[in-house]
Amino acid sequence: MYQYDQYDQAMVDARVAEFRDQCERRLKGELSEDQFKPLRLMNGLYLQLHAYMLRVAIPYGTLNSKQMRMLGHIGRKYDRDYGHFTTRQNIQYNWIKLEDAPAILEELAAVEMHAIQTSGNCIRNISSDQFAGAAADEIADPRPWAELLRQWSSFHPEFTYLPRKFKIAVIASDEDRAAMRLHDIGIQLVRNDAGALGAKFFVGGGMGRTPMIAPEIRDFVPADELIHYAEACLRVYNRYGRRDNKYKARIKILVHEIGKDEYRAQVEEEFAHMKTLGLNPPVDELERISAFFTDPDFDADAPDDIDMSDPDFRIWVEQNTHAHKQSGYAIANISLKPTGGIPGDASSDQIDLMADLAAQYSFDELRVTHTQNIVLPHVKKSDLYALWQKLDAAGLAPANLDLISDMIACPGLDYCSLANARSIPLAQKISNRFAAIERQKDLGELKLKISGCINACGHHHAGHIGILGVDKKGLENFQLSLGGSAAEDVSLAKITGPGFDEDGVVDAVETVTNLYLDKREDGERFIDTYRRIGMAPFKEALYD
Amino acid sequence: MRIATGNDLKTGDVIWWSGGETWSRHLADAVDAADEAEAIIAREEAALRVNVPYIIDAEISDQGPMPLHIKDRVRAFGPTVRADLAINTSIPIEKA
Repeated sequence: MYQYDQYDQAMVDARVAEFRDQCERRLKGELSEDQFKPLRLMNGLYLQLHAYMLRVAIPYGTLNSKQMRMLGHIGRKYDRDYGHFTTRQNIQYNWIKLEDAPAILEELAAVEMHAIQTSGNCIRNISSDQFAGAAADEIADPRPWAELLRQWSSFHPEFTYLPRKFKIAVIASDEDRAAMRLHDIGIQLVRNDAGALGAKFFVGGGMGRTPMIAPEIRDFVPADELIHYAEACLRVYNRYGRRDNKYKARIKILVHEIGKDEYRAQVEEEFAHMKTLGLNPPVDELERISAFFTDPDFDADAPDDIDMSDPDFRIWVEQNTHAHKQSGYAIANISLKPTGGIPGDASSDQIDLMADLAAQYSFDELRVTHTQNIVLPHVKKSDLYALWQKLDAAGLAPANLDLISDMIACPGLDYCSLANARSIPLAQKISNRFAAIERQKDLGELKLKISGCINACGHHHAGHIGILGVDKKGLENFQLSLGGSAAEDVSLAKITGPGFDEDGVVDAVETVTNLYLDKREDGERFIDTYRRIGMAPFKEALYD
Repeated sequence: MRIATGNDLKTGDVIWWSGGETWSRHLADAVDAADEAEAIIAREEAALRVNVPYIIDAEISDQGPMPLHIKDRVRAFGPTVRADLAINTSIPIEKA
């Protein structure tokens, strides 16, 4: 894992001191809310429905047990004994007092964490594949590149006041586990025909009120020019992005309006210009960073066999573990989606336990996923049973990864000041309706995603089944959509028709899953059947 | 009726104007701001005690003032999915 150098630490410490002063001035009445708001947002502090909310960055979703314990400690000491893991690999605390915010940031800085650039019109937390460095199918570890991007984008003076927020994801496998093409910039590390490492760039994706899939802008950027190419992409956006209209300010609108070919041409022109400036590619820095991401000391003789005589354990292993690049090891997914639970929430005790288990079983590493789960990336197969027993005792072993109850749900109207409807109660009702694991496994991979408003933090556009909460004359109403995907088979969901009330949309989900069971052919997932038979049969089942 | 609400500057708690210069965490204490509403907001913004004060429409119910919009009823209730964190679970969220 990356460790701060003196510059990283000095920057974060200085920001804590600066924000402490700003908070004190606000509390003394020396700053108005209009003056203070942009300052607190730059430090991840929002004012939400019930209280201040602090969003803490977890760079590319990677953290160690010490950092994880700090997250539990903050929940316990400053919040209400829990935290909420988000769809951008961050964590949010919902009950923060303004007067505590500087102390929290100081405690975070002590473990090399912060909340910088988790809000505002800047480059946000760089996200990545939660299996990075462990997956059998990656061509390189994307984390050094994500870290390089993090350093480049942190406090970048040119990109501090972009037209809108800006999100970047980096992956290194054909399987997209990071919703890469639904980011402002999606970067996929690839090798060219000569075997050289480089990156494919996708620019102009996103969800929100105008969802778009990022088109490919360049099929190969040499690895040592990746930062410069990203900078060229940002410069063109920064120059032409619509600052006059918030709803047209994202880069996806720019790329769409001028066309990807024109956008690409301008980026190439800027890229060529940058090469004339004599800027050195940050190869030395990449090498320094990469040294932090070497493989842990795997046991080459670790056995591959797993005793699966316990049937509950078998189900968990089959559903929640993933192939590791090292024989004898597995990637273990901890689902934060218990039956009837709140997606992404974990108590401070659970956070502490996951930290302890990472230290004991996973070389001290954890990952946060954009699907609001936790990963222990390097677990010996021979340790899986002991791990599962401890997780199960703490309510952390739902065997539902990628099944219908492993849904994404934003905080919705229960917490969020932007929301129009409550996402969490709906998620709970669906979770309870489909509680039987045998039924979920029969339905197979099914990505259900719920947003409480058009801003789409719950990724409903990318759900095999998506649900959007809207305000219909003061009542919560839910639009159902089908056919989305955030994976390598990326697609945007389409609305089925008129919306439903809360109970009605739970029934509607059951209706479409029943139709899928009726119509599916061998090996088809829900999304495959939908793509084969189209929307019409689903609409007929829902509305006729 | 019109009632004034906002968040406490220090704690972020949802608060309701309860007359004079007082604010309460309990919706039941809210009083009709009537024609004073804009003046209350201006005064509080100047005093820097209440974050983002604003006026909402409400009606009188058996439990006292009740916001017309669901968002403000949720603010008065607390998160409806965590009864242990709720402020007033008797607020009828589903009310139209």
